[in-house]
This record gives sequence, structure tokens and C-alpha cells, in this order.
Amino acid sequence: MAAVFFMVTMALYFAATVSFLALLLRRADALSTFSLTITAVGFATHTVALVMRMLTGPGASTPSIHEALSFFSWMLILVFLAVEFRHRLHVLGSFIVPLALVSLVSAAALPETVPTLQPVFRTLWVHVTLSMLGTVGFAVAFVAGVMYLIQDGLLKSKRFNVLYSKLPALDFLDDLNQQSIVLGFPLLTLGIITGAISGEFARGTYVNWNPEQTWALVTWLFYFCVLVGRLTVGWRAKRAAYLTIIGFAGVVLTLVGVAIKSFGSVS
Amino acid sequence: MHIVVVGLSHKTAPVEIREKLAVPESRLGEALTRLCAYQGIKEGILLSTCNRVEVYAVVEDLETGYGRIQEFLADAHLSVSSEQLTPHLYWQTGDRAITHLFRVACSLDSMVVGESQILGQVKDAFETALTHKTTGLILNKVVKKAISVAKRVRTNTRIAETAVSVSYAAVELAKKIFSDLRDKTVLLVGAGEMAKLAARHFMAAGVRHVLVTTRTPQHAVALADQFNGTAVPFEQFRDEMATADIVLVSTGAAHYLVGSDDVQRAVKQRMNRPMFLIDISVPRNIDPAVRHVDNAFLFDIDDLKCRVEQNRGERLQEAERAEHMVIEEVAAVRQWLQTLEVTPTIVALRGRVENIKRAEVEKVLARLAHLPPQERALVEAMASSIVNKLIHNTMVTLKSEVTTADGAAFVEAARRFFNLGEACPITDEIESDESTTRTSVNKPR
Repeated sequence: MAAVFFMVTMALYFAATVSFLALLLRRADALSTFSLTITAVGFATHTVALVMRMLTGPGASTPSIHEALSFFSWMLILVFLAVEFRHRLHVLGSFIVPLALVSLVSAAALPETVPTLQPVFRTLWVHVTLSMLGTVGFAVAFVAGVMYLIQDGLLKSKRFNVLYSKLPALDFLDDLNQQSIVLGFPLLTLGIITGAISGEFARGTYVNWNPEQTWALVTWLFYFCVLVGRLTVGWRAKRAAYLTIIGFAGVVLTLVGVAIKSFGSVS
Repeated sequence: MHIVVVGLSHKTAPVEIREKLAVPESRLGEALTRLCAYQGIKEGILLSTCNRVEVYAVVEDLETGYGRIQEFLADAHLSVSSEQLTPHLYWQTGDRAITHLFRVACSLDSMVVGESQILGQVKDAFETALTHKTTGLILNKVVKKAISVAKRVRTNTRIAETAVSVSYAAVELAKKIFSDLRDKTVLLVGAGEMAKLAARHFMAAGVRHVLVTTRTPQHAVALADQFNGTAVPFEQFRDEMATADIVLVSTGAAHYLVGSDDVQRAVKQRMNRPMFLIDISVPRNIDPAVRHVDNAFLFDIDDLKCRVEQNRGERLQEAERAEHMVIEEVAAVRQWLQTLEVTPTIVALRGRVENIKRAEVEKVLARLAHLPPQERALVEAMASSIVNKLIHNTMVTLKSEVTTADGAAFVEAARRFFNLGEACPITDEIESDESTTRTSVNKPR
């Protein structure tokens, strides 16, 4: 049953993505209402799918990369709906919803039941949840960065098109970027710490320097520098946008590493 | 006599040309005197704004008049020849010239349709012309009418309500860089009308802190008082730039006041917080190379033009109504101009018959010297009665027909029938009105 809701969600997110992308090119109130409605319905079915899976799923104590990505996608939509509710920023959907769709499709392509680590301790849930929340923060920062660069480019080249009129002010995007990292970074830090503790319990070592762990630490270090640079020497605006986009590429690589590993352990 | 306009505007010439032709306020009087010194130019008024340089004049002969005015415009700048100007100029006469002036005053020809500055600029140009006594009967009437039409349009259409001026377009752009203007600081460089207006717009949008600098410290202080702002010495404003989020430059300087290095330094001091620079001066005062500085956003007057043109569609409907009013008012002025030419004819006609009557009455009375005064008066009355009845219908017809399309022909006929001499020169203009309106394409050299 959860799978049905999952598939429905995926179809709805797909429709929302198409509609939100069309919104980038057109000025139509009806279209934005439509996009938002589908997204909200999709979010509802997604929530149902997640809850059902949590209650009935076989690995209630063993989160898989599938579940992690699905949760990630759900959180992204939640953040979008929250920001949308507060700032009426439809255009954010044109960037976040496609990302949520990609992560949901990736989740669908990955094995559902294989745990990321041996289920030894309850902290594994905490580890995955915290890491994913941190990743959501970085994803929003990434989206804000992309939007910043687009708006910056439009302003610099004086192209006052539909997208220009829809994108918010530069400093709003820069603030969104900063807030997302400020929130995401401690969450990821905690995620890594709990992961290390889980590792300690599972294998007896905190870190065993496998590729995805190494990447995760490199990424963490990178965001640490980005955050410190922003707060001390003014790495904001355009530079911050570029840095968060690079950082998010690191995050994606880490996730791909985890995914490959779980794929490997299936075969 | 012909009313003409020769000029160029943002629609026909780029800022590079306009900035060369623009006449600074201080030299307007001198330029006007020079204009009216040309032979054949009876009346003249010069409208020089950032968006247009136009000469409205009353000339004796159309062809030479056009040539003289073009010469005058080319004279304004050494590096511009008369031939270089030709592709950017427009020439209009008669109704078209009046319509053009009305449309300009009503802000129908502005970059931002409905903006309010142009009316003030037309008034100022008129004031200057009055001070230098370069206008006469015709231009005085026509320009005054233009101002009243503009006021009528402003009160009777919503064109002004939805209007955004170039300086308001600047505020709109600022909102795409800063989401909240309340904690932002504006630095105004130059105390021109444009700067004041922009300051008002920014304050209306929530800006509380304004820095003002002008070459004359007293001006800066006075203006700062007006806006509850702070005056900054002109020599130091480049160093103060880092404290300003929005820098608005509108001075009469003929060179770049702000260079790329200045902005680079300011952005660095601001720890890369974005900076918004608006250059609404013509000639430009901010080096265009500033565009390449990261986190600094420079917009010049043509960029603002580009932005505001998009808003035009929304105002099109109101503009349409304004256009109708302009057409009505142009018709009213045309009538006035036509009565202007029929009046001398009527006066001449009266004079002619009066002379004939007097001569004949005197001749007759000389022979009838024995008549008592009472009977002499009777003779005189009879003579008056005959001539008046003879010309009565002619006068009535002239007055009623003059506002029709054939009016000029009636005037001409009356003059011939009563042998009143050459027709009043302005008649030509009305007749040839449509055919003499030219564009740059068919303008003979």
C-alpha cells in the first residue's frame, strides 16, 4: 500500500515539476495555483507513504538509502511549502520541486530494504535523520545559490524577463543561503558525530576512512570554511552562491557513494 | 510663418549623441539668444532634458528654418557635424509640431509614459524663453496650451497615477537587489531635479538614511535638511561610498566622477554586500566599466529606459485617452491660429470700406455745403449702411468658414475680391500643413 502512495507521489511531483518549470517562462496566476495544489497533494500522499512505511515496513530500525532519499525529498517539499507560505515565493518551487523529484526517483531506483549500516543501535536512525536534515539545509542553500546567480546574471545583463520579475531580491536569496547553511551545518555535524558513534558500535572504530566517509568529512570541512569565511571575511553574495553550489556537489557525491555501496551490498 | 520642431529624443538617438547636444541649464539663455539671432527665426524655445533636445520655433520660411535650426543644434558640440545629426533628427511643422509638443508635455513621448518630470521641464524651458524674450504671440499661446493640456491629462486620466518616472524605475530595480529598503542608505551625488525626485521616491519606499553631496556645499546642506539627511563634502564622497547601499548620481559634470576602482574598493569595504549604482546623468558620470565589478550593479539612463519600456503596455490604455485629448486640444489651437490669420483680414476689410466710404462721403458733402448738420449726418449714415450691408455677409462667412478645411481659400478670396493685398503669411502653413511634415528619410540636404 505504501508503494502505491509512493508511486502516486512520484507522479504528482512529476506533474508539479513540469508545471513549475512552465511557470518560469509564463506569467500565469492559474498555473502557479495549479502547481502549488499538486505539490501540496503530492506532499500529503508522500506523508502517508512515509508513515505507512514506518509503521509496517520491515526495517523499522534499519533505515535504507531509499528511505533516506525519500525522507530528504519530503523534507525539501516541506521547507518549500513553509517558505512559500511565509513569503509567497512561487518561483522557489520551480527549483526545489525538480530537486525533490530527482531525489524521489533515485530513491525509487534504489533497494528499499538494505540498511546503510548494520543495525546495531538506535542511533542509526538519528544519524540518518540528522544527516538528511543537514543535507536539506545544503540543498536549499544550493537552490538559493543557483537562483542568486541567475538573478545576478539577469541584473548584470539587464535582461528584465519573466524570470527576473519572479525571482526575489538578491539579498533575500543571500540571506536564505546563509540561514540554510547556518541551520544545515550543525545538523550535519551532529549527523556525522552520531554516525561515528554508530560506527564505533558496529565496527569498533569511529571512522574507517572509506570513500564516502572521507567525502563526507571533506564536505563538512568545506562547509565549515564557507560558513567561517562568510561570517568573518565577507564570503557572501556571488562567492557564497558559487561555494554552496560546489559544496552541494560534494554532498551529492557522498550520497552517490552511499548509494553505490548499498547497491553493492545487494548484489 | 510656420511653427516647427526640430530635435532628437531617446527614441531617435542614443545617449552618446544626446549627451553631446544637451545644453546645461546655465547656458540655456545664451543658446536661446544664439538661436533667435539666426535670420528668419522669429520665436524660439529650447527644451533640453536627458531624454531630448528639441527646438520649437516660429520661422518665416520652412526650408531655411529647418536648416538654420539643424545648424544651431550641430553648433552645440564641436565633435558633431550637421550631417552626423541628420539620421537622429526629426522635423515637424504645423499641426504635427503642435501635437508633438503636446504629447511631450503630457509625457506621452517620454521613456516612461506618464512620468511627471517632463511637464516641469517644459515649464522651465518656457520660463527661460520668457526671461530671454525669445517667444512671441504664437509660441506663448501654444506652449501655455501645452502646459494646460498636460494638466488636463493628469487630472482626467489615470496616466499619472500609475506613472513611474525614470527615478521611480530606479526604486523598482533597487527592490530586486534589496528586499527591504528601510535599513538602506542612499547617497545622492548632485542636487539636480532628478536627484531630488529620486530621493523622494526612495524615501517613500522606506529609505531613512540619505547622504547628500554636491559641488556646492551649501546646496548639499540645504538638500540634506530637506531630506533629514547628512551632507557629505564633495571631495570625500568616493570614500563614503562604502557606507551607501544605493548610489545615485545626477550631476551636470561632463566627465566620469566615479571610476571602476572606486567601486571595487567600496565593495571590498562592504565585505561584498551588493551595491546599486544609478547614473541618471547625461553625460554619464559613472564609468561604464563599473558593470564588470562583482556585486556592484550599475544602471545608466538607457538601462532604466529598457526597464520602464516594459511597463508601457500597462499604461497604454490611459495613454490612448490622453492621445484623444491631445487631438482635441490641437484642434482648438489650430482654430486659434486660423482666427489669428482671419482677424487681420477682417480688420483690413473694415479699414478698406471705411476708407472708401469716408472718401465718397467727403466728396459728396463738399458739393452739398449748404446742408444743415442734421442732414449731413443722414448722408453719412446712409453711406455707412450701404457699405456695412455690402460686407456683412462676407464677414460672417469668413468668421464661420475659417475653422473649416476651406477656410484659407475663403480668406484668400476675400482678400482678392476686396483687393486687400498679400495674404497673411501664416495661411501657407495651414494649407501645406500635411504635405510639409517630413521625416529624416526624405529630408533634402
